[in-house]
Amino acid sequence: MIKTVEDRERVIIRFAGDSGDGMQLTGSRFTDATAMVGNDLATLPNFPAEIRAPAGTLAGVSAFQIHFASRDILTPGDSPNVLVAMNPAALKANIAELQRGATIIVNEDAFSKRNLEKAGYAANPLEDGSLEAYRVHRIPMSTLTTRAVEAIDGVSTRDASRAKNLFALGVLSWLYGRPTDGTKRWIERKFARDPAVAQANLGALEAGWSFGETTELLDVQYRVAPATDVPPGTYRNVNGTTALSLGLVAASVRSGLPLVLASYPITPASEILHELSRHANIGVSTIQAEDEIAAAGMALGAAFGGRLGVTATSGPGMDLKAEMIGLAVMLELPLIVINVQRAGPSTGMPTKIEQSDLLMALYGRHGESPLPVIAPTTAGGCFDAAFEAARIAIRYRTPVILLSDSFLASSSEPWQIPDVSTLPAIDPDFAKPPNDGEEFLPYSRDERLARPWAIPGTPGLQHRIGGLEKADGTGNISYDGANHERMTELRAAKVAGIADEVPALVVDSEPGANLLVLGWGSTQGSIRAGVRRAREAGHKVACAQLRHLNPLPLNTGDVLRSFERVLVPELNSGQLAMLLRARFLVDVESYCKMQGQPLFAAEVEDQIAGRQ
Amino acid sequence: MSATLGKADFQSDQETRWCPGCGDYAVLSAVQQFMPELGIPPERIVFITGIGCAGRFAYYMDTYGMHGIHGRAPALATGLATAREDLSIWVVSGDGDSLSIGGNHLIHALRRNVPVKILLFNNQIYGLTKGQASPTSELGKITKSTPFGVADHPFNPIALALGAEATFVARTIDRDRHHLTDVLRAAARHEGAALVEIYQNCPVFNDGAFAALTDKDTKQSHQIRLEAGQPIRFGPELERGVVRGADGCLAIVDVSEVGEDALLVHDPSRADPGPAFSLAKLAQTPSAPTPIGIFRDVDRPVYRQRGGDETASEAQLSDLLMAGDTWTVD
Repeated sequence: MIKTVEDRERVIIRFAGDSGDGMQLTGSRFTDATAMVGNDLATLPNFPAEIRAPAGTLAGVSAFQIHFASRDILTPGDSPNVLVAMNPAALKANIAELQRGATIIVNEDAFSKRNLEKAGYAANPLEDGSLEAYRVHRIPMSTLTTRAVEAIDGVSTRDASRAKNLFALGVLSWLYGRPTDGTKRWIERKFARDPAVAQANLGALEAGWSFGETTELLDVQYRVAPATDVPPGTYRNVNGTTALSLGLVAASVRSGLPLVLASYPITPASEILHELSRHANIGVSTIQAEDEIAAAGMALGAAFGGRLGVTATSGPGMDLKAEMIGLAVMLELPLIVINVQRAGPSTGMPTKIEQSDLLMALYGRHGESPLPVIAPTTAGGCFDAAFEAARIAIRYRTPVILLSDSFLASSSEPWQIPDVSTLPAIDPDFAKPPNDGEEFLPYSRDERLARPWAIPGTPGLQHRIGGLEKADGTGNISYDGANHERMTELRAAKVAGIADEVPALVVDSEPGANLLVLGWGSTQGSIRAGVRRAREAGHKVACAQLRHLNPLPLNTGDVLRSFERVLVPELNSGQLAMLLRARFLVDVESYCKMQGQPLFAAEVEDQIAGRQ
Repeated sequence: MSATLGKADFQSDQETRWCPGCGDYAVLSAVQQFMPELGIPPERIVFITGIGCAGRFAYYMDTYGMHGIHGRAPALATGLATAREDLSIWVVSGDGDSLSIGGNHLIHALRRNVPVKILLFNNQIYGLTKGQASPTSELGKITKSTPFGVADHPFNPIALALGAEATFVARTIDRDRHHLTDVLRAAARHEGAALVEIYQNCPVFNDGAFAALTDKDTKQSHQIRLEAGQPIRFGPELERGVVRGADGCLAIVDVSEVGEDALLVHDPSRADPGPAFSLAKLAQTPSAPTPIGIFRDVDRPVYRQRGGDETASEAQLSDLLMAGDTWTVD
């Protein structure tokens, strides 16, 4: 049949199904094809904490959202234009986030009485008129998949049933003009040892595409033109975990310090351990420690030995690492502590986002123990943040906390791959063997107040460090009150002095703007998108995003004071706002969200509109 | 190198600050005396300690040293050993440090067989915090924190280490410098993790805890000296010995009653840690005849990480960054 083609500037699709339905895979294959088309994109998976929640229930729904466009986009999107629901639970769990008029594509076969009951539907929503506000396409995906692949030799009923996600991918690929050859190659590689399964998946994918082409159910094909405002370069799609891991490896290479990552498994930070453990052939040692404390201790022990010591965890792990981070503050050794924040307190919601560890990162240790805190603002930006954390840790001989979060860790976007030769070199500047008669002072300081990093194996520099207070210069144990005050001030001044190297806070403003929306970390995309929409609606507004939380950029106070009103949206109860009010005496207004979800652009837009 | 090094090369300029009469002095002196034998220059030796009286040990050695935090020395040492295979790494710890707050790190360092030598100074009391019960304090002991007597069962450090499948496990005594040095020598020779329990007298809070093993009048009748390949016997006339009884348990007997051939022959190289465990359990407290020496010394692959000493080249990094599906925008 003849189909019309309509252009769309941007589309948000959410693939949702049971956690066993392969929705993450479907989404990531669609994403790769979208990247190859040249659209800008952002993605966000959303899956249950349970590995296999009971099939068919709301708790077991796993989803993957992709936002792609012909112009630059900033977030994975708030409200999907298209929901692919592989079962009733997936429909029920996601429908509240759809706008009226959105498209819903369902696997009709899954809407059995039993599945409807498991999802808590008293009546079939496909039949009772409750979906009248939406454009619903009912496709018997299970039946069509089985019919398409049952003839293939060696394909079991189970294989056929499991391939229905590829059928859905085929339909969506046709609908939005995504190429499927990359996915076909991927299937052939992935199932090289099991040709029947490979054939079943290929068959399902092709059947889905053909269905789109021929069915009268779908009469419009959509086109999203390639983005044209993309800077030239080579790109790949990365999530924050990959970017962060690559940033650490890059810092290792550019500093010449082999990387030692010690971690204890914890959601969602474990992915960093998984990623880096694959790179043992290029100077990356990974240790799965016996606990969070040991992980930090091992990283610190490695740092004492002259390595790039890194430990990665999520909220609860930070509680345990506090002691070792305090030791690192006292020892003044480089250490990178990554906190992939998640909703707390305690175990909280392990797979859900929150930015509630800010004050803990800054102050969550006993004693005066200042350290730099950096929060990446985009998935791709995790690369730069990790590199910068390593550079500061090494330059200043200090632990650095990198505050990522579960949104950054799992969301993905195209990332311009940097040219390795353009990455700055990091000089570890190890202390050299002394000349005859020269006294070595482990706690002497250079112009930036950094002490010498004298690693074991260097003749003549044998020295002892530890958690007890140090005498200024010699590093000997000292209980002298005046010395303790001086050392406390020196440690603080060293960290504060990093501000000289922190880039100034850049404000995206326009004439007449008297409201500044200031965020930190991963909310950057939503804030910028919300501001963009508010401007399109005629509002005058400025925005800025903090990446360095300690020390803050030197111009932070001036920026805050140059606006009549400052709005700080945060995924916590107002931690940065409290900090800014205390530090700069500015009447900052908070917008707080603690729902385990990212900040949405629409919320930012609403908050701006409400203040104009 | 070793020919030119002496004890003085391992003495730091820091004033030792243990209580007068503390067993730690004797151990420090023995270790400093022994170090030149290693033939390793001081800059390639690292002492990592925890918290407690034993924790101060690092400051007194003129090597590289780190005074860590309570119980965590094995974790710090594991990180250092992972990073630097060229170093000789020693952990000095106490019974509270190693067996209470740091128990987890100890057992994992042992089961991983990290190449570190762990000296566990066991004085059966918390000294630095002024006299609370430790996890090795005997049942019923009156301390500041147990005015009605210790109610919880103590750890036997040797049995614990064997349970963690440590590859080298030994016990020695602060006041027996010769035995102590022999054990240190064997521990240093061992390639993997070595756990050396050192009975160490605390003259202030637990004086005489090991008197039966150290007093001139009683030590011969209480020290069961384990020697590889030798029947296990002790006493002033070597008149007592250890046999495996009909019930499978070890028992102390008069040699004259069973004959020398019936005695258990000590073999620390046995893969099965069972006999060593039985020996460890022979004495519940050091007031009874107690085995000292090397309980176990076996080979097992040493903990190493595959990352190595070299970082990736820039070309390798570039390949890593470009991995996967990439596309180019002109």
